[in-house]
Amino acid sequence: MLHIKCPHCGLRSQNEFSYGGDGTVKRPELNKEVPDKEWDTFVYLRKSPRGKHIELWHHISGCRQWIKVERDTATHEIFKTSKANEDI
Amino acid sequence: MQKYSVFSLIKNAFKGHKDWEVAWKDPTPKAEYDVIIIGGGGHGLATAYYLAKEHNIRNVAIVEKGWIGGGNVGRNTTILRSNYMHDENGMFYEKGMDLWKSMSQDLNFNVMYSPRGIINLAHSDAQMNAYARRGNSMKLNGIDAVLLGREEVKKLVPVLDFSENVRFPIFGALMQPSGGTARHDAVAWGYARQADSMGVDIIQHCEVNGFDVVNGKIKGIKTSRGNIKAKKIGLCVAGSTSILADMLNITLPIETHLLQACVSEPIKPILDHVVTFGAGHFYCSQSDKGEMVMGGDLDGYNSYAQRGNLPTLQHVLTEGIAMLPFLSKLKMLRTWGGIMDMSMDGSPIIDKTHIGGLYLNCGWCYGGFKATPVSGWTFAHTIAQDRVHELNSGFSLNRFNTGHLIDEKGLGTKTWIS
Repeated sequence: MLHIKCPHCGLRSQNEFSYGGDGTVKRPELNKEVPDKEWDTFVYLRKSPRGKHIELWHHISGCRQWIKVERDTATHEIFKTSKANEDI
Repeated sequence: MQKYSVFSLIKNAFKGHKDWEVAWKDPTPKAEYDVIIIGGGGHGLATAYYLAKEHNIRNVAIVEKGWIGGGNVGRNTTILRSNYMHDENGMFYEKGMDLWKSMSQDLNFNVMYSPRGIINLAHSDAQMNAYARRGNSMKLNGIDAVLLGREEVKKLVPVLDFSENVRFPIFGALMQPSGGTARHDAVAWGYARQADSMGVDIIQHCEVNGFDVVNGKIKGIKTSRGNIKAKKIGLCVAGSTSILADMLNITLPIETHLLQACVSEPIKPILDHVVTFGAGHFYCSQSDKGEMVMGGDLDGYNSYAQRGNLPTLQHVLTEGIAMLPFLSKLKMLRTWGGIMDMSMDGSPIIDKTHIGGLYLNCGWCYGGFKATPVSGWTFAHTIAQDRVHELNSGFSLNRFNTGHLIDEKGLGTKTWIS
């Protein structure tokens, strides 16, 4: 069981959360001509590192806020968590 | 190579089993090969076998970080099927089903191929309609499919929960009678032994640390056992694909996730088919030893851990008990995990890359085992001829760019829920 520290609610167990994927992916800017390649990168391409990974989690059975988590994908150690709109 | 038969078994029994040849050698890497396959799993071994057998390319090395049979080829739930709706998948996996039929004879190794039938349960009218549609698509591609009503399912698998008052009552099922299981270790060992006998070097405990790329062409690899040159290199490393791709500065449309499986204590024969739960992720079959072999959902977040987390296992087994209530009385014998290369549309990639001489075989999600022979067969063709075969032409790397996705489940890019 992972224990994730929600920046709003404190330490909670993993099954209160749902996963939201790679948190470093940036959507192409709005109201701008975006080449296909940029969309392709945003929608499909992922680094999927072994080691530190910044990811989004949704505290869906808690405060319902999205948060950012920095976790090791090999050991599952959680280094840091933050609000989704903050830099981690 | 020594032929395995009942006669060789009797002969060796009289000699106290002291004269058996080693199944494959333990060679020191040569300085150069025509082809290096990275990854000595099922797909890598099959690729090397078909390179030698179908294309007469025998100066081949398989480079494996661990040992033969230690990765996903020994961690799956041994299911064979080709019950796909989309043409690209259906035709590809159906070729695989043909190769499975003759595998024990081809490899002179009993892979315990058991076409016992796979039954996908349906729990609503809508799901029955969807299965009718999928079954019809399969039939159009020449794949056997049978739509079963509730009573027919009850006759085939009476141990399922057929009570009226359940959350997910059984409405019927889609069955592929030619689906089934095979012994996964035997598949790895059989391919390894034949590939070795045709001159392929199987180099175990040899980790790739880097690539030698000059002017956009692959020249060789750097490994923990020295540098090895090669004209062509094929990647067959499943969940480790992103790590090697990073060494090549390639970002791929895949993520690595963990999938668990487990077996119960052995019991007397009770389940004759492979059965899948239709209202969630759970599948079950019974091994020849009597263990119930079970699997289900991914752990649900990027993972290279090769070991699972209990909340997921609990969730999967809850579904299992909903489907087969008697499971609740069994003790768990073993649980384990493997790391899956989850692609963004749920379908694999077997293709050339923008680097000359570098070929990619990945994105198997958790359906890699059944594809072992056909993946090797088409990948060997792609490497030998430097062009894709008709069967794997849909599994291109640039389909994510062009929009020609093969999204069998219609789930989109959420790899962790697919």
